Amino acid sequence: MKYLFLVIVALASFQTASFCQDMTALVNKVKAKLDKVNDYVAEGNMKTDVIFIKAPVGRVKVYFKRPNRFKLKRDGGISILPKGGVTINMTTLIEGDHFTAFAVGDAVVNGTKVKVVKLFPTTENSDVVLSTLYIDEANLLILKAATTTKENGSFEIEMNYGKYMAYALPDKVVFSFNTKDYKMPKGVALEFDDEEKLTDAERIKRKKGRVQINYSSYTINKGLDEAVFK
Amino acid sequence: MQSVIKVSNLTKQFKGLTAVNDLSFTVNKGDVYGFLGQNGAGKSTTIRMLLTLIAPTSGNIELFGMNLKKHRSEILRQVGAVVEKPDVYKYLSAYENVSLFAKLSGITVTNKLVMDQLEMVGLASRAKDIVKTFSQGMKQRLGIGIALVHNPQLIILDEPTNGLDPQGIADIRNLILRLSKDMGKTIVVSSHLLSEIEQVASRLLIIDKGKKLVEGNAHELFDPAQTIVEIETTNNSLALQQLQQSNWRNLLQPQRGQNILLKLHRNDVPALHRGLVEMNVEVISFQPRHNLEDFFLQITSNNQHVQAFTN
Amino acid sequence: MYKLLQIELYKIFKRPRTYISFLAITALVGVIQLGLVKNGDDYVNFVMGNVMQSFSFDGKLLNGYLVCYILLQLLLVHVPLLIALVAADMISGEANMGTLRLMLTKPISRTQFLMAKFLASAIYTFMLLVWIAFLALFVSMFLFGVDDMVIQKTNYLVQLPVDDVFWRYTGAFGFALLSMLSVAALGFFLSSFAENSIGPIVATMSVIIFFTILSTMSIPLFQKIQPFLFTTYMVNWKEFFDPKVNADNAVIVGSLHKPERIITSAIVLIFHIIGFVGATMVIFKRKDILS
Repeated sequence: MKYLFLVIVALASFQTASFCQDMTALVNKVKAKLDKVNDYVAEGNMKTDVIFIKAPVGRVKVYFKRPNRFKLKRDGGISILPKGGVTINMTTLIEGDHFTAFAVGDAVVNGTKVKVVKLFPTTENSDVVLSTLYIDEANLLILKAATTTKENGSFEIEMNYGKYMAYALPDKVVFSFNTKDYKMPKGVALEFDDEEKLTDAERIKRKKGRVQINYSSYTINKGLDEAVFK
Repeated sequence: MQSVIKVSNLTKQFKGLTAVNDLSFTVNKGDVYGFLGQNGAGKSTTIRMLLTLIAPTSGNIELFGMNLKKHRSEILRQVGAVVEKPDVYKYLSAYENVSLFAKLSGITVTNKLVMDQLEMVGLASRAKDIVKTFSQGMKQRLGIGIALVHNPQLIILDEPTNGLDPQGIADIRNLILRLSKDMGKTIVVSSHLLSEIEQVASRLLIIDKGKKLVEGNAHELFDPAQTIVEIETTNNSLALQQLQQSNWRNLLQPQRGQNILLKLHRNDVPALHRGLVEMNVEVISFQPRHNLEDFFLQITSNNQHVQAFTN
Repeated sequence: MYKLLQIELYKIFKRPRTYISFLAITALVGVIQLGLVKNGDDYVNFVMGNVMQSFSFDGKLLNGYLVCYILLQLLLVHVPLLIALVAADMISGEANMGTLRLMLTKPISRTQFLMAKFLASAIYTFMLLVWIAFLALFVSMFLFGVDDMVIQKTNYLVQLPVDDVFWRYTGAFGFALLSMLSVAALGFFLSSFAENSIGPIVATMSVIIFFTILSTMSIPLFQKIQPFLFTTYMVNWKEFFDPKVNADNAVIVGSLHKPERIITSAIVLIFHIIGFVGATMVIFKRKDILS
């Protein structure tokens, strides 16, 4: 089944590639812009929005160092993050030259016209199976990315840029993902049971999670000690 | 004379059982009032009603001229009691028990007061010991010490000699006499044993099945002319024959059981003893009996006597 | 009245039996804390296994606040048994010892006597909870430090910011006091009927165990009667750890999800306390003391 799926995907990509323009150049330009940043420390607010998690908005610090060192720390407190997902940023997504990219059309994201680019990693060991990037060609910015991974399911990242547009660093990142249903074994909580009855729509909604980070400041290319990633 | 307790038409019924039946009596100031009756006669129920532990079904109780129900606290401040067993807090020391109950009686407690009290009942040397380690007699004395600590005018002792050895009984007797004579207390003491009561009581009430049998002055009730002597010999029928042929025949009483009973004046008891020896009767036991059963026999066989004290 | 209360407290704290509860709590909390110091992370991984499949947690999950919550969850079901040990003995124990009749021949009214006795058992209950708070909360805070508190509810996971936890514990302990007082009141009520301590102690424990089982089992038949059992309301101290969220599903610091449930439960429990103590008064005032 899995094999069949891969064959179909391969065929489909082969076909689209033959019809669509090769986007490797554009992606490389975007990558070049991203590569201006060697490391950064960002501060901001993080909000985990998963229907079955009640978490407060917390201050976070994000550390990044090329090629793929990434760390999110809550400023005092515990951070709850979907496994694997949030640590993937744009740089790690289009890391190295091992990908094939081609356009599949145009679209509009948040009022900006974008190019929709499919990105296939060509290395065997990449966790990413397929990414769809929505690239603002004029500013060389990725506004949205939808990624399917082998281990950590599918997720979507939306980015809004502002002050740090020149470095392709977003002010706001919304990370959407699918979650498993939350089930607490009965009797463990010893609570007055009042399980609400859910509608199908709610049940679907329950499975969608979001992590939103609003960055207030970045400190860019000031050098970063390896120790923070420990 | 000033009455300390005045009970009128007191009745207590427990689910179908009348424990106390239309009982009336008066205890005067300074009395040592003996309250006699067999086990289950209603003594304890009456005493518990006097102490508000049991609510009467009907009737009226006045203490110190006040209605007990209305002036409970005021009255109980002047009453000290030991009801049945002298139970106290076994995990506390004698000192702690006395001090605790003294506080409850509403008086100011000082070390001297507590120690004096323990001294009075002969427990000063054991003041700090946990009551659990005390003998029955010591507990009884402690119970009385507690009953007396707030210097009450009326002292109610329910079966105070129960479970005590002869020395303990004598101690209690002496204490009662001291409290009455030296300190002028009014004392109600109940017992099922006449012998205990007769040595201390100035007045007496006898109840049976919740009803009053006799109430009167002790010296009149314990008429020496009414002493019962119970004799057991090696051959009771032969001895009875010999007595029936002697001058003692008029004093013979109907037999209960095997032994021979005679009613005579206390002063004549030695002569009877001598007479038996002279008749060569081989006596196993010779007992001037003072228990309640005999006393009942005595008063019921002399109806006049009963009436004299029940008017 | 104050003097009477003093005497009652004196009696309670002079009895070796009283300290069994304090020792039991100390041993229980100590053992659990030791276990968590040694293997706490395994325990957390086990309990949170389900969520940990999809989420990673960064920070000190096993901190003093969580440990206290775990302890309370385990303890508060059993503390009623320790309360019963003292409260259900208050009147029957005196009857059994024979001191009841001596007490009641003193110039104090039965109402005063009962009030002092109940207040004394309430103070004992309070002190037991203070002891639990000291061991479970403060000692745990010392041993495990503090951080955000992440706990699992039946339907969701809650994360409370570290600064938003302590007041919730204050509330929870206050609520637990009400719960335990209702147990004390029940024990007190039952103790007025008996002339030995074992009967009412066992009866109180049995009622609590039976009701608690009915209250916590999710079987439709039981669920119908749960609103009528006071034990159902006793576990609602946990509501203090359920915050409200805003439109973005973010926890509002200092808020409670269902404050009305806490209030209703508290009222139900207060009514039970008043009911049990009131009934004891009515019955005991008319009771003939035959012990």
